[in-house]
Amino acid sequence: MRIALFVTCVNDTLYPGTGRAVVSLLERLGHEVVFSEEQTCCGQMHYNSGYRRDAQRLAVRFVRTFEDADAVVAPSGSCAAMIRDNYPRLGEHGSRLQRAASELAPRVYDLSELLVDVLGVTDVGAYFPHTVTYHPTCHGLRMLRLGDKPYRLLRNVRGLTLVDLPGAAECCGFGGTFAVKNPDVSAAMGSDKARNAASTGAEVLCAVDNSCLMHIGGTLSRERAGMRVVHLAEILASTEREPALA
Amino acid sequence: MSSATFVGMPAFPDAARGATADAQLRHNLRKATGTIRGKRGEVVEELDDWSELREAGRAIKDRTLRHLDRYLETLEESVTAAGGTVHWAADADEARAIVTRLVRATGEREVVKVKSMATQEIELNNALEAEGITAYETDLAELIVQLGEDLPSHFLVPAIHRNRAEIGRIFRERMGAWGVPAPEGLGDDPRELAEAARRHLRQKFLETRVAVSGANFAVADTGSLVVLESEGNGRMCLTLPETLISVVGIEKLVPSWSDLEVFMQLLPRSSTGERMNPYSTVWTGVTPGDGPQEFHLVLLDNGRTDSLADEVGRQALRCIRCSACLNICPVYERTGGHAYGSVYPGPIGAILTPQLQGLQGPVEKALPFASSLCGACYEVCPVAIDIPEVLVHLREKVVDGKRPGPEKAAMAAAEWVLEDPKRLHAAQRAASALRGAVPRRLPGPGAAWTDTRDVPDVPERPFRDWWRDRSRGGRGGEERR
Repeated sequence: MRIALFVTCVNDTLYPGTGRAVVSLLERLGHEVVFSEEQTCCGQMHYNSGYRRDAQRLAVRFVRTFEDADAVVAPSGSCAAMIRDNYPRLGEHGSRLQRAASELAPRVYDLSELLVDVLGVTDVGAYFPHTVTYHPTCHGLRMLRLGDKPYRLLRNVRGLTLVDLPGAAECCGFGGTFAVKNPDVSAAMGSDKARNAASTGAEVLCAVDNSCLMHIGGTLSRERAGMRVVHLAEILASTEREPALA
Repeated sequence: MSSATFVGMPAFPDAARGATADAQLRHNLRKATGTIRGKRGEVVEELDDWSELREAGRAIKDRTLRHLDRYLETLEESVTAAGGTVHWAADADEARAIVTRLVRATGEREVVKVKSMATQEIELNNALEAEGITAYETDLAELIVQLGEDLPSHFLVPAIHRNRAEIGRIFRERMGAWGVPAPEGLGDDPRELAEAARRHLRQKFLETRVAVSGANFAVADTGSLVVLESEGNGRMCLTLPETLISVVGIEKLVPSWSDLEVFMQLLPRSSTGERMNPYSTVWTGVTPGDGPQEFHLVLLDNGRTDSLADEVGRQALRCIRCSACLNICPVYERTGGHAYGSVYPGPIGAILTPQLQGLQGPVEKALPFASSLCGACYEVCPVAIDIPEVLVHLREKVVDGKRPGPEKAAMAAAEWVLEDPKRLHAAQRAASALRGAVPRRLPGPGAAWTDTRDVPDVPERPFRDWWRDRSRGGRGGEERR
């Protein structure tokens, strides 16, 4: 299958390793990945912060870039949810943006959805000899309703030991601009999430969204908890020959 | 014996700073919300048709709000026919004046109160006090709040921020000034505390001739009012006095008894986590020889029709004040209710208060941002209020009403960069050129991040450079993050 990668601005700029992992994973599974350099950002930060017109302009660019794609994969649960849940109500009623976004939105997937629902695979042949705990993220859990898909993928990774995260369903406190507009509450939530993660004894905290991981990872690192954060894509791309965390 | 007020409280981010630093408060809140959350989860889980009930609740409320003018007229006719008197209050001032006038007309100087959000919204106790009338709160938690000259911090458990040691102290020190004092040597055993409150309140129930209440529901076609509670103290107030005055928001209407049935299931399970609440009191006008012989219904607008005119915001009027959104909210759990600076705290408060009061002051303008948009509130709401959607909608209004400043400039600059891949690429290259030079602690607004979190390392080059290189047959493949 030919799959268009929407790498997302955060991954493109700060976490290119996640984008490379998606490419290597999907190619290993025999699919073609295309990347349009016209892509930039889904507009989530502007939309969530109340800057609707800015978000609309970014959505117009996104729709123009991806409208011909059969399937779009975004290695970020919150960006996938922004496009799927919010784009159809972002444009004015009856506008071209509303029509085009509503038509495109159902073909935009988070990585775990693409693998399990579209490509029908739960064992991707990965190898990752570490103890991992999974943080489901708010958008993954409550908007995309990923359910057990990420867990099924992780359970099939050879060498991986999956341990439960206490209080998994609770928000980590990132929330985009919330992290700087309400830094005290955000930090209190982040600190509780980091403590729960560290209590599992796992080496790695995994999620489908690097924004949440940037916040939790930044907190873990500041607290010297000795725990790594790794995007699901990087675990699934990891093999004996090309291991992540080498 | 003045009642505290939310007026003049600091905006959420500032109020939250103190709250998050209060270890005792966070402990009390985590324990209390965790317990109620667990109970709610169990009794919702056991129903196969919860999602259908929730959808029915949403639909009934939406239909009622769509034809509110008609149902309100029906309610007025029904209440009047049953021997009650209906009063219309456009705002808090009018409502306070009506209630004060009605109490004065009885010649009484004291009223007992049933726990009510609407009377708190209009700060009725302060208004009565200014007229020399003392209002006694009779809900146990409201009593604790009143005796402590404190403010409520939760719909269902207004004293959730207090633990039993604090309650024992408040009873010992303050009860005597309000009536029957606490028994000698009162400790902090919950049974002892409840007994002290019972003795204190019993005197009020037996001696007070006027009661003021709110209502959970008002049934339009029969004119019946409904109060759901756990203690029975509300029923004492609703049945023993001679005069009953009920202040009810106009959105509390349901058309008929068959509609009410849906909410009698949704509310207790969402609120206290019970299948059925212990006391449900329903009254229809007055009944000769039984209960209050004079009944007044004050229907309160106070910003509700403004909210009704807002296509996105109006869903907040479906709220049945169950407090499930407070109990699930990770932000509320860490700050408690006072930080919201409004009678309605938590996620629903963050969308209701700015609509009822208008996006005027710093408190109202900060409330729509007092959320990480995690969506847990929407998931548990028994009438499916999409709270994150309304929060974003209200954020847009705040931004539209804002003068140009550093935030607007930064968001415009970010959009300008992100609108064009060439500009984004230039910004990425600039960031990579500075990698390693980013300090551990950022100055200015960046400190809000780096005070508690490390910043991520900027990579050597962005993803798009790797892709371009790879598609030209370059090094692609291996590289360090």
